[in-house]
Amino acid sequence: MTAFLGMPARAPRGVGQLRGDLPFPAAAREALGNAQLRSNLGRATATIRAKRAAVVDEVPDWAGLRAAGAAIKDAVLADLGSHLIRLEEQVVAHGGRVHWARDANEANRIVTDLVRATGERDVVKVKSMTTQEIGLNEALAEAGISAWETDLAELIVQLADDRPSHILVPAIHRNRTEIRDIFRREMGRVGVPAPPHLSEDPHELAEAARLHLRARFLTARVAISGANFAVAETGTLAVVESEGNGRMCLTLPETLITVMGIEKVVPTWRDLEVYLQLLPRSSTGERMNPYTSMWTGVHPGDGPLEFHLVLLDNGRSATLADPHGRAALRCIRCSACLNVCPVYERVGGHAYGSVYPGPIGAVLSPQLTGAKDNPSLPFASSLCGACYDVCPVAIDIPTMLVHLRSEVVAASGPKPERAAMAGVSWVMRRPRLYTVALRLSRVARLFGRRGAIRRLPPPLSAWTRTRDLPLPPAETFRDWWVRTHGSP
Amino acid sequence: MRVALFITCLVDAMYPRVGQATVQLLERLGYDVDVPLRQTCCGQMHTNTGYADQAVPLVRQHADVFAGYDAIVAPSASCVGSVRHQHAALAARSGDDGLRRAAAAVAERTYELSEFLVNVHGSVDVGAYYPHRVTYHPTCHSLRLLRVGDRPLRLLHAVRGLDLVDLPDADVCCGFGGTFALKNADVSAAMLADKTASVLSTGAAVCTAGDSSCLMHIGGGLSRDGASVRTVHLAEILAST
Ligand code: SF4
Repeated sequence: MTAFLGMPARAPRGVGQLRGDLPFPAAAREALGNAQLRSNLGRATATIRAKRAAVVDEVPDWAGLRAAGAAIKDAVLADLGSHLIRLEEQVVAHGGRVHWARDANEANRIVTDLVRATGERDVVKVKSMTTQEIGLNEALAEAGISAWETDLAELIVQLADDRPSHILVPAIHRNRTEIRDIFRREMGRVGVPAPPHLSEDPHELAEAARLHLRARFLTARVAISGANFAVAETGTLAVVESEGNGRMCLTLPETLITVMGIEKVVPTWRDLEVYLQLLPRSSTGERMNPYTSMWTGVHPGDGPLEFHLVLLDNGRSATLADPHGRAALRCIRCSACLNVCPVYERVGGHAYGSVYPGPIGAVLSPQLTGAKDNPSLPFASSLCGACYDVCPVAIDIPTMLVHLRSEVVAASGPKPERAAMAGVSWVMRRPRLYTVALRLSRVARLFGRRGAIRRLPPPLSAWTRTRDLPLPPAETFRDWWVRTHGSP
Repeated sequence: MRVALFITCLVDAMYPRVGQATVQLLERLGYDVDVPLRQTCCGQMHTNTGYADQAVPLVRQHADVFAGYDAIVAPSASCVGSVRHQHAALAARSGDDGLRRAAAAVAERTYELSEFLVNVHGSVDVGAYYPHRVTYHPTCHSLRLLRVGDRPLRLLHAVRGLDLVDLPDADVCCGFGGTFALKNADVSAAMLADKTASVLSTGAAVCTAGDSSCLMHIGGGLSRDGASVRTVHLAEILAST
């Protein structure tokens, strides 16, 4: 690799899924019109919220664990380069190979070449946000390679030619009836068909997926995964999952390729232990997840014979370089912040345009792409703070959103809002003028009908479309004070 | 004790009765209340909309106006949250260390009304009488930024004649969020619809909270729906006798 000078690059355009086609408010409006989506999401997030709350509340030292989770990540990020080099040494020492990918294009090229070298045209995949982020499946398809998702929810999304809408439950926007219809319609087209009388019973649906996937597991010779963690001291990778499909992919094929964001490294097994407590409780609301797979290099006669680790930057170094944004790299993708977010709950994941939706997506996507490429996401929050409260690594998302908003404003040209904000600030710095301005707000009484303001011109019409405003009072507070308590 | 009222721009312009109630309550409890008239706005709207540079002069003005008081009380968790959690950072951003210290000193002595009553005044019974069925909405900034906890509820429990009913999903945001209500009006309205439905389900005659901004939002939704539930600030209930 050549020497790298200057500011690290952001995630490139035209590849992967970190940018949406529509600004958030427009995409959200579409989503809000979908009553089925809202009821699916409302039910699913309420269930998972309650489960999480119960298993977090029972941990006596949750606050301490959470602080440790934040501190370990911060320490890693402060010296990320050395931890990654240690990880590389250990992976190589145990018979694996390590590839460094500056961005999505490089990572896709590396993985495509590796698969090509095996001569295979089909690969099985473990659920992975990172490969969604870089658009790996699309890149493989262009090279004539079919990537088959094996996580149940990812399978549903793939069969329906849909996009994931949640980082843990990618098909959270679908209910059972929709899933049954997708299975019946699509499974036979690409492999083992769904049983003829498939019902919407969860057990039957899971069994249909099992039968469909089993054929894939048994024939696949190449698997692609992400990673939840990598332990630098031994070069061990870890995938945390619920279904066991990951375990199949990680052990059956001959070649395993893992694509991992560079922020996933932890120094030691002791550090890993903290996250293995934080993650399942925060994500699925379980004390412990059913399957935690860990592997270190290759071992003849046990699992894959070839192991490749692709370390992905794709805007992460740029995020690390930003003192206001780097805490986003602590994220362990538990999705607790999505499940408590009142905005996410109502609009779902697609409205965010990126594979990373919800509160963390509103921060992480603009950090990876640069705020200029995702200017509406930092505003997609009422700053209610519920996300920060539940985050197991204490990412202060509201404060980061506010900072990103100032970056968006700084990068945008003159517009009416800027002039209005400057004007208001100018008046507010002049108490006498401000006193007069407050009195003048009484003019708005002219807009009143039946004791309230029901209609205002743009941009305030956005308020009055669904909400009344009270009539301004006849006397401001300060005028009352001067009248009753003496002169200014 | 020299207590200054930080009135907040919204109360000054739109809800003078909330300011009057705060003054009456504090005077009834024996405090000598002052309202420095050079105060204007804490700059929260500018900060949260991305105009931090326009907020810095307002931080300077705020720190200047309120220097020297023993306690600064505001009937708004949101504005106190801005003073406590944003002013020092904004001052640091401006590179003015003196301002950072001045802002921090003011922030330390700034209290949201329920905090002042419970922690400084030291009593939950403020002698109020309010014979109505009331439900309380804990605003996001009182709950998660200031962590006022159950202080407002304890104050309400001590009000004579008051019938307090629980609000379902109380801790969920009403969808106001400052300019969020305009920039993401559709999402904001969807959140509000759920909040007003919760309020109506309680059968309360009055919905109260510690922030006039959120009450303006909830009240605006209730009024548009023709509901008869009134929105009344906590200060107004505590000032009633
Ligand atoms: S930001 Fe925090 S709560 Fe959200 S997904 Fe990441 S770790 Fe979980």
